[in-house]
Amino acid sequence: MRRIKGVVFEYLCLVATSAALLLLALLLWDAWDKGAGWLTFRFLDSFPSRFPEQAGIKSALWGSIWLMLLTALISIPLGVGAAIYLEEYAGRTWLTRIIEINISNLAGVPSIVYGILGLALFVRWMMLGRSLLAGALTMALLILPIIIISSQEAIRAVPNSIREASYALGATKWQTVKFHVLPAALPGILTGNILALSRAVGEAAPLIMIGALTFIAFTPASPFDPFTALPIQIFNWASRPKAEFQYLAAAGILVLLALLLTMNAAAIIIRNKYQKYIKW
Amino acid sequence: MTAAIQTLNLSAWYGDKQALKNVSMDLEENKITAIIGPSGCGKSTFIRCLNRMNDLIDNFRTQGEILIYGKDVKYIDPVELRKSVGMVFQKPNPFPKSIYENIAFGPRIHGINSNRLDAVVEESLRKAALWDEIKDRLNDNALELSGGQQQRLCIARALAVRPGIILFDEPCSALDPISTSKIEDLMLELKKEYTLVIVTHNMQQAARVSDYTAFFLYGELIEYGETRQIFKKPREKSTEDYIIGRFG
Repeated sequence: MRRIKGVVFEYLCLVATSAALLLLALLLWDAWDKGAGWLTFRFLDSFPSRFPEQAGIKSALWGSIWLMLLTALISIPLGVGAAIYLEEYAGRTWLTRIIEINISNLAGVPSIVYGILGLALFVRWMMLGRSLLAGALTMALLILPIIIISSQEAIRAVPNSIREASYALGATKWQTVKFHVLPAALPGILTGNILALSRAVGEAAPLIMIGALTFIAFTPASPFDPFTALPIQIFNWASRPKAEFQYLAAAGILVLLALLLTMNAAAIIIRNKYQKYIKW
Repeated sequence: MTAAIQTLNLSAWYGDKQALKNVSMDLEENKITAIIGPSGCGKSTFIRCLNRMNDLIDNFRTQGEILIYGKDVKYIDPVELRKSVGMVFQKPNPFPKSIYENIAFGPRIHGINSNRLDAVVEESLRKAALWDEIKDRLNDNALELSGGQQQRLCIARALAVRPGIILFDEPCSALDPISTSKIEDLMLELKKEYTLVIVTHNMQQAARVSDYTAFFLYGELIEYGETRQIFKKPREKSTEDYIIGRFG
């Protein structure tokens, strides 16, 4: 009887796993079925248009790439810096504990809320308008908690014995962090940052909130230009009645997925590459 | 006799818990002093006070005086202090870098002239009796060495910053008997130039290598004297009980 229970449980788990995978495969197949035919070089290299045959995602793709780079530039130094401070410098006081709990809570705040904050703070108060910079700042806020938490975990995973070894040789705190803690934590930090950025690339809600435009017939040339991004463009096409636009949306999804999968693959490759020689 | 290390009424606390109670002892220069006692008796706490390693622990505080070559450690910058008081830990903890980089790190942060670095690395490895085994693989990752080699590498790393005193916190507890005896031989060699303090759980080890032995119990220094006397004719009943294995 006990054995049977074990076997039943095993199969239930298997069913749960396969259900998730099957659903994912179905979604992918649907997007591929509708979009593959529209996925041409012309599609990648054309601006949006009201004629489906001429419409493309050039401005959205460039917008997303700009957005990703700017977001990385803003959020990574801030996030990693905060993680280093919290792990290496701040004592274990009630204040740090409150800060950490709040950061964890912020990671669970719905993205639309960051959109509202971005609209009030960056678009209106700082008068950045509906620019790339406003979008990147908003996205940076959104992923900052994820970056801080994953970087903290990577730093915490560096064994204390390494810090002690360094201090015992007369190294200062900064020398210890710079020469030993950060290099050892770097693969973990990079992995976390890439995954956080891929979340930013896939988000639409905060960008819609701050009013990123959907019809842009040029590629941004500076952080102060208006922009659109892949998820917004896809959302826009998907909400149109004409059938051809549905196919365009599917093709856009394929491009977005390719971008995200590439980023995740990069994260995995970095992790595996460094795991090989860092063993404690 | 000249004392390299002196403590006067040294007490220490982790939060509310007292770990050392009024320990006063003089540790002689160019000798090996062994610190023995059961787990939790404060022996590790004691040596980690000597290079202010425990400053890194929140809630840790001390009272009393610790003099290193006559200077109160309270008034020495911990970074400077640890340059003259090196430490070797229980578990070998080489940096996950090359053998060369492991040794070079210390001299480098203390501003050594870079064209003397190779010489210092070789000299340190020779002193730690490791040079002949690894001279052809200085660029290999230190984590590829065996446990005993890693521990000797850690000793070489400590030697490279030219300390006068080296503290050993149970340096052989993770090693096999052959590696252990190599480390013990090395310690006997090193005491010609350095003052050594070793915390150990292994009574035979204390008897084999040390000149002086201190027995700690519940944070107090129970007995301190020449190793031969402590092991042959302990004055205190609890020392005798511990040495013959009645507890601990």
